[in-house]
Amino acid sequence: MKVLKKAKPTWPLEIYNVFETVNIQQVAFVPDAGHTTLIKACQANPKMQTISLTTEEEGVAMLAGAWLGGMRGALLMQSSGVGNCINMLGTIRECRFPLLCLVTMRGTWGEFNPWQLPMGQSTARVLEDVGVVVEAVNEPSNVAETVFACAQMAFQTNRAVAVLIGQRVVGFKDWSK
Amino acid sequence: MAKSKKSTLDRREVVKTILAQRQDALLVTGLGSSCYDAGTVDHPNTFYLWGGMGGAAMIGLGLALAQPKRRVLVITGDGEMLMGLGSLATIAVAKASNLTILVIDNELYSETGMQPTHTSQGVDLAGIAAASGFKHAKTLHSLSEVKDSMTTIYKTPGPVFLDIKVNANRYPLSIRLRDGTHIKNRFRESVLGAKAFD
Repeated sequence: MKVLKKAKPTWPLEIYNVFETVNIQQVAFVPDAGHTTLIKACQANPKMQTISLTTEEEGVAMLAGAWLGGMRGALLMQSSGVGNCINMLGTIRECRFPLLCLVTMRGTWGEFNPWQLPMGQSTARVLEDVGVVVEAVNEPSNVAETVFACAQMAFQTNRAVAVLIGQRVVGFKDWSK
Repeated sequence: MAKSKKSTLDRREVVKTILAQRQDALLVTGLGSSCYDAGTVDHPNTFYLWGGMGGAAMIGLGLALAQPKRRVLVITGDGEMLMGLGSLATIAVAKASNLTILVIDNELYSETGMQPTHTSQGVDLAGIAAASGFKHAKTLHSLSEVKDSMTTIYKTPGPVFLDIKVNANRYPLSIRLRDGTHIKNRFRESVLGAKAFD
């Protein structure tokens, strides 16, 4: 089988450009392979404060604080991190805080690790249950416009919005070798 | 780990003493008794948490990064802080110099029936903050120590962490304000003016 991951995808830097356009100034993340290029680009921009977290729910709380102080942020994580956020997302919902989350998916299309499936297969449903608007994107050329659309929805309507970036976009490990 | 000796400090007196000096400082409270304590001296620059246990310190960090020219205080309980211990590492690494975290430590989960927290067994929150890299971290036991800490709380480059040992006094709910969206909007309008609703 051929390697199914494209060598140098352009969508991570396209997301970075959207961040600049919509004035994202705090970027919180738990490191994830799928977000590596984006995180590095944000870290290279002195106007963006990039904060590495010990668990994803810290980022949910942090970006509520950012909004209280008049700043927009984005939270980057893998789908397994969504489960860590649920109670804190209840606070986001009660207070109508805007929240932009970019979630790189595991446990879906082409997954080889069975332990990733329980959270990956329920990520969208769990987010929707706690009041987060979910947009899935599975085509690399649609990623940037989806992030832009979701940023507008989040910050103009004061809602939590999550973009689920599928494994068709991120790529998956070929376990057949 | 040695069990700590019982404190005689009253939580309401501590919070009142500290907040009397707040001026233009911004405040985030943890849920439960810390929220009610701060409610006795209500201010639009206070964001009250009624949920989101473990999140107070991180809300403080996001706010401190967004408002670098103002002092940001987090006043929370030992149970709430214990639920977000990882955030002490995150805050220390982020080096938020205008952030002060104050734990009103009664060594009990007051809201759920006064069960002991780990701080009653000697877990040292200030020690954890110091080991994480907080610029200033200390445990206070007396009102005179609290009064002597005003410069540390409001001026000293941080992040600052103070664990203030208090007695087990419980007080009735002091605050009716509990609608999250209202508390958020009131805070933002106070801090940002008309831009809050841009």
